[in-house]
Amino acid sequence: MISSYFLKIYRFYLDGFSRMTIGKTLWRIIFIKVFVLLVVLKWFFFPDFLQTNFSTDQQRADHVIHQLTGSVQNN
Amino acid sequence: MGEIDLATVNWARAQFTLTAMYHWLFVPITLGLSFLCAFFETIYVRTGKAEWKQLTRFWMTLFGINFAIGVATGIIMEFEFGTNWSSYSWMVGDIFGAPLAIEGIFAFFLEATFFAVMFFGWERTSKGFHLFSTWMVAIGSNLSALWILVANGWMQYPVGMSFNPESARFEMQNFWDVLFSPVAMSKFTHATSSSFVVGSLFVIAISSYYLLRGRHVEMAKKSIIVASVFGLLSSVFTAFTGDESAFTNGYSQPMKLAAYEGLYDGSKGANIIALGILTSGKKLGDGQQPFAFEVSIPKGLSFLAKRDFNAFVPGIKDLVYGNQEEGIMSVAEKMEKGKAAIADLAAMQQARKAGDGAAKEAALARFKVNQDYLGFGYLNSPEETVPPVATTYYSFHVMVYLGTFFLLLTLLYLYFSYKDSLEDKKWLLVLGFCSFFLAMIGSQLGWVVAEVGRQPWAIQDLLPVKMATTKIAAGHVQASLLIFFVLFAVLLIAEIKIMLKQIKIGPEGV
Repeated sequence: MISSYFLKIYRFYLDGFSRMTIGKTLWRIIFIKVFVLLVVLKWFFFPDFLQTNFSTDQQRADHVIHQLTGSVQNN
Repeated sequence: MGEIDLATVNWARAQFTLTAMYHWLFVPITLGLSFLCAFFETIYVRTGKAEWKQLTRFWMTLFGINFAIGVATGIIMEFEFGTNWSSYSWMVGDIFGAPLAIEGIFAFFLEATFFAVMFFGWERTSKGFHLFSTWMVAIGSNLSALWILVANGWMQYPVGMSFNPESARFEMQNFWDVLFSPVAMSKFTHATSSSFVVGSLFVIAISSYYLLRGRHVEMAKKSIIVASVFGLLSSVFTAFTGDESAFTNGYSQPMKLAAYEGLYDGSKGANIIALGILTSGKKLGDGQQPFAFEVSIPKGLSFLAKRDFNAFVPGIKDLVYGNQEEGIMSVAEKMEKGKAAIADLAAMQQARKAGDGAAKEAALARFKVNQDYLGFGYLNSPEETVPPVATTYYSFHVMVYLGTFFLLLTLLYLYFSYKDSLEDKKWLLVLGFCSFFLAMIGSQLGWVVAEVGRQPWAIQDLLPVKMATTKIAAGHVQASLLIFFVLFAVLLIAEIKIMLKQIKIGPEGV
């Protein structure tokens, strides 16, 4: 019963995707775009600064507080 | 704060501006066109006429193209938060986490289910369920926008939170205060209603093109009637929500209000500028008149900002240098309090590291007295609180003029549609064709007012933009900005090319 329900959904999507005309071009654009954004750009240009440079939340908090109070602490 | 590299701050700003403005090219069309598709399909289901089905499928295809090119462009902003704006990102994580997570879940379920039914289900689901799916896409897309605008509204008017000086995070105290903040609500209603106008003008522009070319005439006329009604009602609603936004600015961001009204000297029964040219090179306190030319409406600004024709509306000068009579504290005084808050924050941190509990508690108690002025402590001069007046003023006024023009335009379209003489009004069709591009400009200008007008703040009064950035090399930001520029240009060309091809094919090709 449940498996036939999922099969129905699967066929719905499969049929929909296979009948696409302009949609195929759009999906190609989406895949290329997502690859460029999520893999290339995120990986090489957008590391999460606090995640990359600090290992605990306390260290991250200390870093941000140091940024906020830098001029006072440096005096 | 001598260590701040303003080049990095400004390049990070430029990158965020480019990303946000590019993202906003697609969003208003999605928000407006999704509802128009739902209206078109409702008429089809009620009348059962095949031409309405074909019409719906045509506009749905254009909706799909716009959605596909625009999807994921907003994710880039989240990357930028982590890399360029790490301090800010850390500080607001607790507030933004909930709304952005809800937005993500909403978008996923919406796109995976109802979106698929909308495009794949024409022959495979019942008419009623397909219509339901189309409505769900429209409602869901707009609710999705709600969560983003709630996050933005919080930056403009931070409520429902408290600052934890140990974790350096703004922590949510009341979710409902954040969600139903009057600023967030007026932002949501104004952004969505103005997007409905953009969506309507998108339909009107393409339909006008068809009428000018004498192609798909019946479809174009039908589309125009629905889009004109929706556009007209949305224009009226946008005017009301805009008025509400200005009213909320009156108490939440009075400097922004003063900047977009070009008001340097506050007064009781303040006039509103209907039309004016700012004096070139005018600076605060230089003695020059603010306007080279002006036409104003007496007492209009007092009513707009305070709902009272005789109320006092503070000008830029009052807000910067203070006005004792009206109980307005000067920025210099706020800066002193802010510097005290920063010193107490530093003392607290030192006491914590030294394990001195009593000193920490004492510093915390002192910090709490001045914490509402924290952001002012980072300013170098009181004049730094003044946003770019000319940019804010002209953006606001051009936006208002365009909004008024769209109201009149949709009214004319409706009138000539009723008279069945729209095809003969070539001048109106040309104007209607151009109106979509003007609508995009108006929509972008709205964000310029909202964001440039609140400078120098990332979080109103609490965190200036220069303190929100990560200390990274400006070259790093420049490189990724250049890549974005190229990527966005390619994507935009792709969208325009695919969209034009589909418009050329017309409704028969879907």
